[in-house]
Amino acid sequence: MPKAATLSIAWLGLIVFLLALPHGLSFSQQEILVFLTINVLLVASYRLMTLTGEWSLGHVVIMGVGAYASALYAKQLGVFVPVSMLLGAVTAALIALALSYPLFRMKGFYFLIGSFAAGEIIRLLWKRFRDPFGGPKGIKKINPMPDFDIGFYSFDFFEPVSYYYFALVVVGGSLWILWRIERSPVGLTFHAVHWQDKLAQSAGVNVRAYRTLAFVIASGFAGLAGALLAHYIGTINPNSFDVELMVFVLTWAIVGGTATFYGPILGCVVLSILNEVVLRELGFEQMRPLIYGLILICSVLFLPKGLESVVQNYLRRRNGKAMAEKGSAA
Amino acid sequence: MGELLAQTALNALYAASYLSLVAVGLVLIFGVMGVINFAHGELFMLGAYGVVVFYADLQLSFFFAIAIGLVFVGLVGLGMERALFRPLRDNPLGGLVASIGFLMVLQALAAMGFGVRMEHVPPVTQQVISFSDKVHLAVPRLYVIIAAVVLLTALWAFLKKTQFGWALRASAQDPEAAALQGISINQTSRIAMFIGAGLAGVAGALTAPMVSVNPHMGHSVIVAAFIVIIVGGVGSLEGAVVAAVAYSLVHTFVTTFYDGVIADIVGLSLMLVVLIVKPTGLFGTADRA
Repeated sequence: MPKAATLSIAWLGLIVFLLALPHGLSFSQQEILVFLTINVLLVASYRLMTLTGEWSLGHVVIMGVGAYASALYAKQLGVFVPVSMLLGAVTAALIALALSYPLFRMKGFYFLIGSFAAGEIIRLLWKRFRDPFGGPKGIKKINPMPDFDIGFYSFDFFEPVSYYYFALVVVGGSLWILWRIERSPVGLTFHAVHWQDKLAQSAGVNVRAYRTLAFVIASGFAGLAGALLAHYIGTINPNSFDVELMVFVLTWAIVGGTATFYGPILGCVVLSILNEVVLRELGFEQMRPLIYGLILICSVLFLPKGLESVVQNYLRRRNGKAMAEKGSAA
Repeated sequence: MGELLAQTALNALYAASYLSLVAVGLVLIFGVMGVINFAHGELFMLGAYGVVVFYADLQLSFFFAIAIGLVFVGLVGLGMERALFRPLRDNPLGGLVASIGFLMVLQALAAMGFGVRMEHVPPVTQQVISFSDKVHLAVPRLYVIIAAVVLLTALWAFLKKTQFGWALRASAQDPEAAALQGISINQTSRIAMFIGAGLAGVAGALTAPMVSVNPHMGHSVIVAAFIVIIVGGVGSLEGAVVAAVAYSLVHTFVTTFYDGVIADIVGLSLMLVVLIVKPTGLFGTADRA
């Protein structure tokens, strides 16, 4: 079979699977599925940032900026919800642009901790200022997505399935944009900035501008993920975006591997299913963090190149076999 | 007003003492092994639970409980070095994730063994030193201050005067060159990990009677310790102590005169300002980290 045909069948199969998936799940699993879809966008946007070699610990707070902004626009200013989501994403990108001035004076470990501090300051501001952020209790009763009908399917956003389909479209579109960015000349420059920053600089690349650009784009998509979350759960507070979720994002990316586009997504899906579904179903409620911690340790010890390396090895072996068969046929 | 200032300064001195014990251990581990130990706050927590078990439950002497805490947490540190950080020596991000995984394991073990409720540790002594009507220093807090001064001085002497100390500093400066001089990196890593973990354990054990001991107590300590080592300059032990004192002064005063959340915001903002002005911290050098 020609490679292109196999590939389009694989894509079609994936789409059918994703569309059919919620119908085989319980209500609570459907809810987990919505969160998982949103987290996929979060971790994929995080990867765009890591392309330039900087690891941020403020990404989840930036997601929260999108959530707070979109919730406030819709609630206080009466902005139509899908528009407020986009405005939330833009706000997150603008906040990231402002933060990039102090943060990109630092590199490596200093940037890691500096971004953590910047994020924590934002989170504490939400906590401290009741007006307009609602203080420690956060914002409640956020306007839900208005229901609508597209002929063959009517969206009722109190149903997780409807919101899942909506999120799937938004996240799918965003992933496609992120993928195009990575494959564009700009994306290739991000790689250059990571691996050869001195060389890139001497070739006339404004390294800091590209780092900022990656940070701003990644933050915009993180903000969009936050807005999706806010209008789904209806309540957000400063603790929804604390360092615990950030640690999860970091581990998804590292356990999945960041060399490929799908690595972090793979890490997010596999670890979330293990943690939220398998360990819960097996009745390990209290031991869940223990087992999750052991899984993290084992995965970095025994799979240092991430889950993606398993997929890559499999593909390479299969391609190798196909080549060999072709060779023997000829 | 003067008395309030004096009292706040004493409180800050106490905070600076246990914070510098934690931060110096963190710096030592980072300096020698190049890994950020996210589980450092949980080593602090282990030390505190050592006091819960040996002092509060088994009724042994407080200082004996602390000594056991030091050795036990130090041994946990040795175990971490052997099982996690040595296999991941060339993989700093892997070391980071492994320490996060270990943090979750320790928290879960503490929650399973002791429950998530805070433990009550009876006060070691009710004695209070009164400087005036309104300026007091509880003796348990004095113990923390004395322990910090003694232990940090001993560490300083060990690093500057003994051969092990020389080896340790050499491998912190340049691991490859040190290895070429016949210094065993495994050996220096073991020592650094034992000392670093032990200091965190002692800090946790000494403060146990004065704080709420619970499985998640390490979180606020590690955040403060990160701020301190960044402001001091990663890899600089002197910087960590100076920054611990400065941070504790600012944090305690702002907490006293405003509130705790504003104090956290001010502390974090000061750290950002230091990083903006000098991106490698006050005592840091450019090539490290």
